Amino acid sequence: MSYGAVAVTSGFAWWFPVLMGVLVLAASSEFLFVGIIAAGGSPIAALLAGLLVNARHLPFGLAVPDVLGRGRRKMLGTHLMNDETVVFALAQDEPERKRAAYWLCGLGILICWPAGAALGALLGSVVRDTDALGLDAMFPAVILALILPALKDKPLRRTALTAAALALTATPFLPAGLPVLLALAALPLFTVRTRKKATR
Amino acid sequence: MSDTAIPIPPTLAAMLALAAGTFLLRLSGPALRARCTLPERAEKLLEVSAVLLLAALAATSALTEDHAFTGPARPLGVLAGGVLAWRRAPFLVVVLVAAATTALLRLAGVP
Repeated sequence: MSYGAVAVTSGFAWWFPVLMGVLVLAASSEFLFVGIIAAGGSPIAALLAGLLVNARHLPFGLAVPDVLGRGRRKMLGTHLMNDETVVFALAQDEPERKRAAYWLCGLGILICWPAGAALGALLGSVVRDTDALGLDAMFPAVILALILPALKDKPLRRTALTAAALALTATPFLPAGLPVLLALAALPLFTVRTRKKATR
Repeated sequence: MSDTAIPIPPTLAAMLALAAGTFLLRLSGPALRARCTLPERAEKLLEVSAVLLLAALAATSALTEDHAFTGPARPLGVLAGGVLAWRRAPFLVVVLVAAATTALLRLAGVP
């Protein structure tokens, strides 16, 4: 819901977040896409950032190949692959229950995520003065809440802070959308830190 | 966030490309498994880059607007939400508290 509301208050038509919810079905990449476009960034930058975030689906596919089904069903099964379905499937022991958990969770998300986005979009378009209600604080808060669990890891937290600082420093000078991509320059920091730890 | 209108056709095209690309990424995992396995290190790096991109997006969207610092009201609201998220408050509470804090600050005259 907050995703739909955020998208509409940043200037998207109501159907855009809903359509994207059905077709992409991967929350963080959709937030990233909407955020970069809303800040005035180019669609290319938004596409690249979204694809990079979704690259994690490749290892997901390596982890749960046997729950996807066969033939036509496999197409839908593949589309349902995301953070939640993979976690639910991995939590079950027997193959039969793995499959059931994966499909139940996946179909639930396929319905609830776009429906929530539509409801949020509706609410977002009714409200006129979004700044007075502080709705612009919702978007960054959602992203922060999404990544906080990962930030409990210390080397990752430091690297992420550096990445955020890099993006902030670059914001006044670079076209919108690029500062976020520039944050990836902090990636070597993480590899150096973890390698040091490994050799110690 | 920004007052400029969003150009629909290129944005829609990019979104469709993202959908197609994401599907291919989902498809390639099971297909690759037959041939080789991705090293654990590469997997970790993919995960880390996703967090870095999102951290940068959270920071820039919390603190900047049109290439300049936004007033303190928005970042303070996000901070309030962040503290609650750290203490494992439910998602909805986090989002509502962030918006409410910013709204109250603005009501009090903070930009």
